[in-house]
Amino acid sequence: MEQKLHVSSSPHFKGNNSTRRIMLDVIIALCPAAIAACVIFGLRSLVLIAICVATCVLLEYVSRKIMKRDATIGDLSAVVTGLLLALNLPVDINPLIAMFGCLIAIVVVKQMFGGIGMNFVNPALAARIVLLVSFPSAMMHWAPALGAPAAAAIDATTSATPLVAEAGTYSYIDLLLGRCGGSIGEVCAVVLILGGIYLVIRKVISPIIPCVYLATAALMSLIVGLDPLYQLLSGGVLLGAIFMATDYTTSPVTKWGKVIFAVGCGFFTIMLRQFSNMPEGVSFSILLMNILVPLIERATVPRTLGYIKKKKGEQK
Amino acid sequence: MAELSFPKRPYRTKGGVHAPHNKNTAHKESVVLPVPALVALPMTQHIGAPCKPMVKVGDTVDVGQQIAGSDAFVSAPIHASVSGKVKKIDKITMPDGSKVDAIFIESDGEQRLSPDIKPPQVDSLSDLITAVRDSGLVGLGGAGFPTAVKLNIPSDKHVDTLIINVAECEPYITSDHREILENSWDVISGIITVKEFLNIHRVIIGIENNKPDAIKALREIADSSVDPEDEIRVLPIKATYPQGAEKILIKACTGREVPVGGLPSDAGCLVMNVGSIAFIARYLKTGIPLISRRLTVDGGCIENPVNVIVPIGTPIKEVIDFVGGYKEQPYKLIMGGPMMGISLPNDELYVLKQNNAILALSEKEAKFNEPSACIRCGKCLDACPMRLQPLELANAANRGDIDGLKLYNAMNCMECGCCSFTCPAKRHLVQNIRVGKALLQKAKREAVAASKGGKK
Repeated sequence: MEQKLHVSSSPHFKGNNSTRRIMLDVIIALCPAAIAACVIFGLRSLVLIAICVATCVLLEYVSRKIMKRDATIGDLSAVVTGLLLALNLPVDINPLIAMFGCLIAIVVVKQMFGGIGMNFVNPALAARIVLLVSFPSAMMHWAPALGAPAAAAIDATTSATPLVAEAGTYSYIDLLLGRCGGSIGEVCAVVLILGGIYLVIRKVISPIIPCVYLATAALMSLIVGLDPLYQLLSGGVLLGAIFMATDYTTSPVTKWGKVIFAVGCGFFTIMLRQFSNMPEGVSFSILLMNILVPLIERATVPRTLGYIKKKKGEQK
Repeated sequence: MAELSFPKRPYRTKGGVHAPHNKNTAHKESVVLPVPALVALPMTQHIGAPCKPMVKVGDTVDVGQQIAGSDAFVSAPIHASVSGKVKKIDKITMPDGSKVDAIFIESDGEQRLSPDIKPPQVDSLSDLITAVRDSGLVGLGGAGFPTAVKLNIPSDKHVDTLIINVAECEPYITSDHREILENSWDVISGIITVKEFLNIHRVIIGIENNKPDAIKALREIADSSVDPEDEIRVLPIKATYPQGAEKILIKACTGREVPVGGLPSDAGCLVMNVGSIAFIARYLKTGIPLISRRLTVDGGCIENPVNVIVPIGTPIKEVIDFVGGYKEQPYKLIMGGPMMGISLPNDELYVLKQNNAILALSEKEAKFNEPSACIRCGKCLDACPMRLQPLELANAANRGDIDGLKLYNAMNCMECGCCSFTCPAKRHLVQNIRVGKALLQKAKREAVAASKGGKK
């Protein structure tokens, strides 16, 4: 044996998982929503998505370079952030505003806190909220969607979102197919559910957070006297529950932590929708729960195998 | 006491990973290695006190002659595996890097059996324990715990179930599988001996369902007239790593959980490796102590993978040359399986009692990736069979955070490596947790020392 052997601690086998593969799966799962956005709002959506993705990747590259750290754009997480942010914006937003959002997401929220895995809130959501409070009129200017009911139109270039429209304006079918005003990625429920199913099958996300989130939101709607199905299909609930609340870094890793987190998201979403000045509450509720994640995890350390709290019929 | 029942299907266990099985040698008859010219028998081939040499340089020894022993309770004597002359007693480096005295015996090729060898007279449990101790048997599954100590169950523990471990969940390894196919009667007669002397009326053979031929062979004998009370049953369990880990196997076979920090006997179970139980049967018949064993030689760099029966102490290089040598320069040489085995610095080490495989892995198989940032995906939690939080443990270990290590139960980690296997960021989780466990033990020792110092 002429050459030296490699010596290291076990295990000597590694699985085929990789961060890049996971991010690629999320991108694949978001593709139907992106395509639907192009169909519903026209090719302008594609331009907006391209701007956001390109800006995010570029900013990630530059900020890592300035901080003299290894480049991480290869893990595709910046692409996911850019894509998610774009899907959370109205179609006719000024590209400069969108790029400012990317700056908030990548530089301020993600890289300044240490890069991937270290951000304490979801970058795309934080950016959306910063834009929402900085540019409220631009962020709430909803262009009419393809095939939206005439009653929803406010004027030639504006339509109402399902959450502010009068009751009866939109049917469930309109909401499922995205024939309504809103952010480019949130309007079409069917494609979001499709993406969610893909992520669950690929084991990228556990179904706990989306399911509990939606169930809690439905229950809360009933309690406060709203139509549960309408609430789930309208606004950003599906996009939030499937793609935002399940963000690894900003959601609990423990099973019961996920449940508590999702219950909180669902609860605050409906409370904000019903009792706050804003029509929508998804972003704020997820952001609030993001901040609580360390506490939730601390409270839900799982019982390890063999940890017995005195009882159990041992002598069976 | 309630009637013991046999589970129809295994109890649910959490976690684990689907490592590639690579059981290339399962259908190949084991081959016997010719007597090597030189063997080296280290004084530590078991968990417990090291043995002291009982022979001097220049002595002539016979096969099966005891050449080293210890009075300590947790220990196992060592026997000459070849006949010949003691060449030297010198320090050798063990796979874990420690230096241990070893007796080198130059073989005369005669394989003369020691005249002292005769089947032991066993009429009671204490006879059995003495006999097993004299045989030098240690757990052949890899841990190397002296079997006599295991059989010596403290009187305050009630053990009602004997579990035979045939999970063999590590990739590549098939030595237990071949043991069953080639020596199935030894397995069953060993089981009957142990269960009768220990007065156990439930024996569950836990075997991964990727060995249908072995399941069939064992069932045929277990269902025959040798087991009239039907107290021995074969339970196929799912083929995921690490089903063969003692605590996981107990959970799968009985639904019981071994308490944190406890032993299998705390859950009323005795777990024995199939190779060890078959050896007991053979020893009672022939009186030949543990001087050889079957091990799997495999891996992407091995020309002709096969199970080999080798004398204990054979140089690893000789075993590999015997099966055709290396196909290509190996990247890693591993003693044991790819998930928990120890990687060796060179092939000039020697086969130990508890050594169940030698693997020469190529760079492609044993790929090493630089770790990237943790994305908190939680896959390590899903994979951990002990339901720990590997990411938190590894972080606590990196910070040197003793409280954090305690909070997340670091000592309950059995180092199976599922977390590192599954981590998409390729983080060295179990490796860091090992460091954390060492930190905890150090802190404990320091605390003990400090409290003693305070009293003075």
